[in-house]
This record gives sequence, C-alpha cells and structure tokens, in this order.
Amino acid sequence: MALLWLAAGALAQTEAPPDQDSGKKIFESQCALCHGQTGTGGRGPSLHRPKLDKAPDDDALRKAISDGIAPEMPGAWQLNPREVASVALYVRSLGKVPPEVLPGDPSRGAQVYDAKGCAGCHMNAGKGEGFGPELTSIGARRSGAHLRQTLIKPAATLPDGFLYVAAVTTAGQTVRGIRVNEDAFTIQLKDALGRFHSFRKAELKELRRLRGESPMPSFENSLTAAELDDLVAYLASLKGKS
Amino acid sequence: MKWWSALLYAAAWTQATGQVPYERIVDAPKEPGSWLTYSGNYLGQRFSPLTELTPANVAGLRVKWAHQYAERLQVSPLVADGVMYVTGPNTAAALDVRTGRELWSWRRPIPKDYQNIGFGRVNRGAAILDDRLFVATLDCYLVALDIKSGLERWTAKVEDYKPGYSMTLAPLAIRGKVVVGVSGGEAGIRGFVDAYDSKTGQRAWRFWTIPGQGEPGNETWQGESWKTGGGSTWVTGSYDPELNLVYWGVGNPGPDWNGDARKGDNLYTCSLVALDGNTGALRWHFQFTPHDSHDWDAAHVPVLFDAEVRGQKRKLIANANRNAFYYVLDRTNGEFVAGKAYARQTWSKGLDDRGHAIAIPGTEPSTEGTLLWPNLNGGTVWFSPSYSPQTGLFYVAVREIGSIYYKREANYKPGTFFAGGGETMAPGTEEAGFIRALEATSGQMRWEFPLTSAPWAGVLSTAGGLVFGGSNEGNVFALDAKTGKPLWDFQTGGAVGANPVSFIVDGRQYVAFAASRVLYVFGL
Repeated sequence: MALLWLAAGALAQTEAPPDQDSGKKIFESQCALCHGQTGTGGRGPSLHRPKLDKAPDDDALRKAISDGIAPEMPGAWQLNPREVASVALYVRSLGKVPPEVLPGDPSRGAQVYDAKGCAGCHMNAGKGEGFGPELTSIGARRSGAHLRQTLIKPAATLPDGFLYVAAVTTAGQTVRGIRVNEDAFTIQLKDALGRFHSFRKAELKELRRLRGESPMPSFENSLTAAELDDLVAYLASLKGKS
Repeated sequence: MKWWSALLYAAAWTQATGQVPYERIVDAPKEPGSWLTYSGNYLGQRFSPLTELTPANVAGLRVKWAHQYAERLQVSPLVADGVMYVTGPNTAAALDVRTGRELWSWRRPIPKDYQNIGFGRVNRGAAILDDRLFVATLDCYLVALDIKSGLERWTAKVEDYKPGYSMTLAPLAIRGKVVVGVSGGEAGIRGFVDAYDSKTGQRAWRFWTIPGQGEPGNETWQGESWKTGGGSTWVTGSYDPELNLVYWGVGNPGPDWNGDARKGDNLYTCSLVALDGNTGALRWHFQFTPHDSHDWDAAHVPVLFDAEVRGQKRKLIANANRNAFYYVLDRTNGEFVAGKAYARQTWSKGLDDRGHAIAIPGTEPSTEGTLLWPNLNGGTVWFSPSYSPQTGLFYVAVREIGSIYYKREANYKPGTFFAGGGETMAPGTEEAGFIRALEATSGQMRWEFPLTSAPWAGVLSTAGGLVFGGSNEGNVFALDAKTGKPLWDFQTGGAVGANPVSFIVDGRQYVAFAASRVLYVFGL
C-alpha cells in the first residue's frame, strides 16, 4: 500500500562496491533534469565545483542525494545505498572538472543590479523588496546559463509552484499578483506593491491562471551584452549569508 | 423519518438493552441519529438518511465543538446513545456527543521495536457490538473494550508485528463476530481476513488472501513467491446480512514494483473477495489488476446497492479502484455488470466484456523509469466513497497524479521493505483532485467539483441532498448532491484526511470531520 513513499528507501543492498559508471547512468536519467546532462547546472546548481556548499563531505553528499535538500531538491529515495554511493562518486568526479567560467565582472554587475532597479522586487542580503524570489543565495542554486535565461525570458524558468494570477472582481476590477496560497474556495495574492489580496472564488467574475507568465520584465533589450554578462556574473556570485 | 421518531427509536433500544446488538446495526438506516458501523451501514454506503441539513440551509453550519488530539487523526467516529467513540494509533476514547468532553480513554503502548513499513501510524475507527467497542492496534492486536468504562474485556493477538503485520483499520462487527484485515503489503507478509468471536476473542475463521500449496489459485504464483506475496487487507469491508457475505478488498502483490519473481496472476491480490460470514469460505472473487506492479491495491470499502440494470433488478457491488477504473459487479456471484475509467489513466486501453482491463505493453516499472497515470496511490485510495439511494450516484474523491515508476531488485528479509522499486512524481506535471459523481450502475460521470490538489479525505452523502468532503488545504465543504454546486465551506486550518459522518444531537443534525489533529463537529 506504500502510502508513505518516502519511507520506501530501504531497499536491498547487493554486495558489489559502488562504481562511478553506474553512478553516471543514474545521474543522467534521474538528476540531469535539474543539474544538466553533464552536471553543468540548470534549474539546479552546477556540480562542476571542487566544494559543494550543501555537501562538504562524502557522508553529507550521500545524505543529500538520498534525502534531498529542502525545499527544491527531491530525495532519490528510490535508490538503494549502493546506487546512492555510486551517484556520489560520479558527482565528486564532476568536481574535478573546471568550474563554469562566466565572462562578466561581478562588481560591475552589482552596479547594473542597482541601476536597473532589481531591488524594487527582489530581496538581496536584507536589502530590497520581497515581491519576487529572494536572491541572497541565488548563485548557489542556479547556474549562470539559467540566470541568463531568466533575465532574457523570465517566464521560461519559473520556479516550481509559481503562478501569476489575474483576479477579476464582480465590480470589474482586475488584480494581478503572485499566488501565495490557494484552496478549493479561496485564493490569496500578493501584488507588485507587496499588498496581500484575499478572494473567495465564488465572488470573482473570473480567475485567470496566467500559466507561463511572470511579472518580471525581460531585460533582453534593456541591457547591453556586456551589462548582461556582468549582471549574470554578479548574481552567480551571490552564495548566501556567509 | 422525522428526527424525533429516530430519537425515540434510539431511546427505546437504549432502555431495552443499553447496548448495540447486531440487529440494531442491520437496521441502522432506521436509526439515522446514530452512526453504528464504520460506513454508517453494513452496505458500505456512507449515506446518512438525515434530512435536516439541505442545500437551502447548509450555508448556516457552524462549529459546535472541537476536540484536540496528540496525533494526526484519520478516524471515522461512531455515535451511539449520546456517546461518540474515536480512535487514534493504539488509542480510543468516548466523548460526550453534546460537548466533546471526554468520558473515558484507553491506550495501549506501541512497542519500541514496532515498525510501520509502508504506511503511517494511524487508526481509522472502531467497531461496536453489544456492550463492546473493538479496536485494532498497530502492533496487530484486536482489543475488546467495555463501552461504558473503556476497560479491556479481552485482547486477541492477530499476528506477530515483527515481520511487518499491522492494523490501522476499523474492524467490522457482524453477528457474533468481529472481522479484521491487516496491513503489511510492503513487508512481504501473506495477507488474510480474520473473524473473532465477539464474546471470547477466540478466532472463528481465517481466510488467507494468498492460497497455500495445493489450494486453487496457488498456481498463479511462481515457485515459493506466494509465501511473501503481500495481499494485505487494510481497509474495512462491507457486509450483506441477507446473503451473509463479507466483502473485502485485497491489496497488492509483493514485491510491489518488481513482478519478475512472481509470474502469474497472483490471486487474490488486487481483488474483491466475497466470504461466508460463518466460515470465511471464499464464495467468489473478482481480480481488478492481475499481476499488479504499480501498488494498485483493491483496498477500498466495497459499496453495495440494489438497482435495475437493463430491466432487471440486481444486487450490485461497486468499486472505484485504485487502478482508475470503476466496476459494478453482481454481488451474489461476482459477475461483471459495467465499468469504465473514472480518473486519468495511461496504462490500459479499457475494460473488455468481462471487466478485465486491457494493459498497454511497456507500462511496467523499469530501471530507467516509466511514466504513467495514476500514481501508486491510484485514482482513489483508502478513504471512503459514498452512494446515495436518492440520487443513484456514487461519489468519490479522485486523485490524478502522474508518476515515474522504477523497478529495482528485491530480496526478502523479514521486517524490512520488500518493494522492488518505487516511484516519484513526474517532473513538470501538475497534480489534480476532484469530487466526482458517477452514475452508480454505469460509472458515467454526472458532475465534478475541482480541488486544489489530490485529496486524502472521503465523502458522505445525505438524504437532505448534500455531499460532504474535505481537502488537503484544510477545507471541509458541502456540495449539492445533484449538481456538485458548492454550498458551504469552512477552513479547519489542517489537512483533512478522514471520512465524515453525520448523526443527531438534541434533535439536530450534526456532521463531524477530523482535520489534522482536531475533530470538528458542525451543526446549524
């Protein structure tokens, strides 16, 4: 009946030692969706780094693979301990690959960040507004390529569970906002000014789920190529509240 | 029946016997102010004949009382003679039905080495018969408590919990017997349905869900695989007092996701079995998913009703199965009458004339993963559906989640997972949930009410024309039984993962829901 699928991780072990090749195969089928086919990152961070922030040693790495890292990385509970160890071996081997080199300059990127008003929507190390996702440790979670794509086409890289919504009241007023909560009868939105709105669905004329839309503007045409490189480099350098 | 005549009926029993004899449970529909057995009546309908609450007034429902617990509740309470009986993991309590104040409580310690393999530490309710309340425990004992004091009359060991046997279900009390089933389908148990003498606690019969060597059906198992083949029986069955047949759903074969070493149909897993109430002898069976490899148990409350089909009055039994198909069978012989998919599924082309699902090749779990609907918890799971004799509709809380199924090695070791793989939600897909109303005789959908996620709570229909349900987001709600239109909702603040019930307090209709750790009782 397995109602608690999380608990199903304790699978039979075989005697053979873990090996990197089988770890690579598992990685390519089950980890690559977020970390990229060769571990260069995407929705998940690049693993081409000698030191992984969330997995400083081998035990921690195996634990991260098998239990996941809240809130975004799911646990690979379906893998047995040998398979987890094999994936860990492969991930460690990726650390010997030179890390992604980004063309821009992070300190110039910080100036672009300020000049373009990113802080009007995003919180970064305690400064800015909390409308969009916090960026304090965005570089530890997203690859440079992913950050670049978000700046060019924000709707292409929406976080899991993100939904932008337009609620049309019976009076004809339209409120656009990020969905912060929802149940079968009500929905709660946060608008661009950070104000919360609560609606009963039955009292709305229309509730438009703007799937694939983002309130963030594209910066494709408002940044020069150099500015974009610098901003990506800056965002990639944001590794947390150390 | 007017509420006052129902009250008089209950009062007459109380004075005459001070207890709940078998006949009173058979006649439960005549006593709508009580809730005497898990599903409200023996037929598994979870239908309340009460009529005070209607589409016109249900919007006025308010909380009358709440009772808080230490553990997450999945209980479907019982109500008899002014007392509500509730259970938790290895606990039971009697509450004053007017106020929720506790009258007695009982607790059995959970052994330190007890493991729940493949399910949560929960309990879904009790059974009542004569002057006793029957509780099934996680460590696999059936306990008879005195309903007036909560003191133990007897304790029967059903099975050893160490290899993985356990119980989370509400027992089913029939004439002189208490019937239970077991959990443990992910631990390589060999399942069974047991009946115990209600007076003595002696075992009256056992039906093994996996036939032993030399018994018919054993040939559907490869080699010795039948010994660890699963076939749990973890959801309360139903009963036809006239036919004296106990109907029970059987769980998945083990190991769950790797069928390589158990080639064959694996009887009677993923089946509905009809058992003689006196002896436990098998009268008929119907297997929904032969050789299952997706954990699609048939562990559901079987729903019994009589209806006309193609001009003929039939005794029917319905099952909205975890495999996403709805089935209607003749409950006298197991003959297939009708069926169709009621939830999103991508594993079968449909049902043939005999009700057998035609599997699409390549839908088995695999090393690299196989994407399918529904996920392991199925189109619906343990929580109860409801049947209204007034509308002729079958109401079911529906889950739609796509999943990637993995196959892995499986080696049996007592008291450990024997699953052979697993599944994970398909990336980039969204889960969906609904309350759906199906024409009971055909499975044709009449209406649906969308939820925000795939639900874990059952439904209740009432003669007042309502369907009650709950959501993961904490809503409890009432829908119009004919149209599905929402009429009332209340935010409980905790995920609803239990079955609602309805009863009378001081002449007024109440509805109870367990939400997270709180039991809420509503009335006008």
